[in-house]
Amino acid sequence: MNALVHRQTAGPREAARWNRGRILANNLRSVAGRAYPRIAGLAREPSWVFFEILLPFLTTSSFVFVYRALAAPPEYVGFVVLGGAMSAFWINVIWMMAAQLYWERDQGNLELYFAAPMDLMSVLFGMAIGGLVMSSTRGAVVLVIATLLYGVTFSVAQWALLLAVFVLTLAALYGLGMVLASLFLMWGREAWHLTQLLQEPVYFVSGLNFPVGRLGFLGAMAIATLPLAVGLDAMRQLAFAGSAVTLGTPTPEVEALILVAMTIVFLVAARFALRTLERLARREGRLVTRWR
Amino acid sequence: MTEAGPTPPAVETRGLERIYRIKPRPVTALAGVDVRVEPGEFFGLLGPNGAGKTTLIKILTTLLLPTSGSARVFGFDVVSETKQIRRIMNMVAGGEQSGYGILTTREQLWMFSQFYGLGTREGWRRVDELVELVGLTEQREQRVSTLSTGQRQKLNVARGLLNDPWILFLDEPTLGLDVGAARAVRELMTAWRAAVPGRTILLTTHYMAEADELCERIAIVDRGRILAIGTPAELKRRVQRESIFRLEVDRLAAGARALAPLPGVVSAVPASEADTGREAAGRGTVAITLVLRDDAALGGVVGALGELGARIVALRKSEPTLEDVFVELVGRGFEDEAEGDGARPPMPGAEPAAPGPSHTTHPHEPGEPSDEPLAT
Repeated sequence: MNALVHRQTAGPREAARWNRGRILANNLRSVAGRAYPRIAGLAREPSWVFFEILLPFLTTSSFVFVYRALAAPPEYVGFVVLGGAMSAFWINVIWMMAAQLYWERDQGNLELYFAAPMDLMSVLFGMAIGGLVMSSTRGAVVLVIATLLYGVTFSVAQWALLLAVFVLTLAALYGLGMVLASLFLMWGREAWHLTQLLQEPVYFVSGLNFPVGRLGFLGAMAIATLPLAVGLDAMRQLAFAGSAVTLGTPTPEVEALILVAMTIVFLVAARFALRTLERLARREGRLVTRWR
Repeated sequence: MTEAGPTPPAVETRGLERIYRIKPRPVTALAGVDVRVEPGEFFGLLGPNGAGKTTLIKILTTLLLPTSGSARVFGFDVVSETKQIRRIMNMVAGGEQSGYGILTTREQLWMFSQFYGLGTREGWRRVDELVELVGLTEQREQRVSTLSTGQRQKLNVARGLLNDPWILFLDEPTLGLDVGAARAVRELMTAWRAAVPGRTILLTTHYMAEADELCERIAIVDRGRILAIGTPAELKRRVQRESIFRLEVDRLAAGARALAPLPGVVSAVPASEADTGREAAGRGTVAITLVLRDDAALGGVVGALGELGARIVALRKSEPTLEDVFVELVGRGFEDEAEGDGARPPMPGAEPAAPGPSHTTHPHEPGEPSDEPLAT
């Protein structure tokens, strides 16, 4: 046996017959395979430290100075630091995850993904995990630096729930990113322009730099629809327990349930969107083919 | 566990049609294609740009649905049994820039190995074997973004072999490569087939010499139809009605015309203008294109040359090329294709074509005269 001969199988029909274990293993490996370039890229292009940590940190800092100048309750500094850390994930979802399949198509990768035996959802999961690792690094750095620099004091009563809400927020966020990835590919530039248009309003109603409860009905709507808004609000309530500031939003437990529902809805929608995408791609013959 | 019964054809299409619903008018890329490729064959699809080759490959690789008709790969239906087909096939296209430039050669291949379900260690081992096989050992830790075009295509070929596919689809795999890289890719393909019996390759190309060199059978495709299928020799025989020789002689004072009246000689003319000049001057070796009714007439010609006092310097039988076959079938060459992308470059790594004779062609009757560009 040499490099030209890999696996001896009796014939193509037999080679095509995979059991469930092999299918599962193939998909899990595909998740790891697709996550790898993102994770490897972290160490190879350190410029992201400047663009993704130092620059966004300036925005967080400016809000800290505004709140201090206005003599706002000290929790507000904590709120904005937490918002700054979580914005890493939001930016990753909107800027990288959503455009990923679109970019993969233009690179010529999408065709190869479609032609490989794994489920395309595994590729999306791999992208999400790679993005998560990248954003978690950024989020953690922002959180640590800002906490030390601005003297934020956390008061956590329910660590388990805080951790659960954090994980659920990420699951819902990246679920949304997976839906957007398919929609971007189907709608192309129109979707991109729409995101550009909605970027600031969505930032605003997500309450990245202030408690979303202050927005009244608009805030309630954001909590019902935007994973970052509801997740961030729940984490603020849990990280600053017993705060004198009343947020006027549902309890963290209720918000955790909202996040569970969002995760399920987004994952189901992502699967549906991907299947629709594949059907359209095969019917139209253009969605997986790069522009020439 | 093995399945009873013979292995079904590697590829079998029946009445395969693909119409692109684009504005202002629908475009027919495949117009009823029937083709059967046997397991283990090296099969070529030869045709100009826009002939429908890539559309056929996209259907067979499950990337595109047929509009009507059926297509099966090793018995699996391309519409409903896509997963099975994807497990046993792979594809490599010319000019492919897939993957991620930030990864090294090894990492890129390992990533793709995971998509085909190879275990982590198994994947790395396979990657190292293939990196060595395709001659990228020195570039194994080099970032993909820094590889040359030829190295990149070797990487693509290695990717195509990762899962040891039962059928490998090659879509213009040597497009844009220099001589050495193109030859290396062709040698790899030949070596792979020789080493792994039963594997099938379906190659699309518009390099005629490449198809001639590699393929056991060739389908000539134009405007969505298969015009002829056969071995290169069979296809060439279709256009070779006479025996054609290139004869180089000294001291033939009477000139090429002296051979024309001989029994069995259809025509005898200087091979080029330069030869006409040398013949008129009565100096040097003159090359003559000699067309005979059949090979048997050659003896008479050689005898007559001796009687005329001429000395034979060289005698070579001219074979028709696949381009002659294409011209015979379609009535135009590849270069004449209206929507082609400019002049067709010579096949990388090919020897310069010998000036072949112009074979008799009949007025063509193109199947589907159309000015529509065919989307492939």
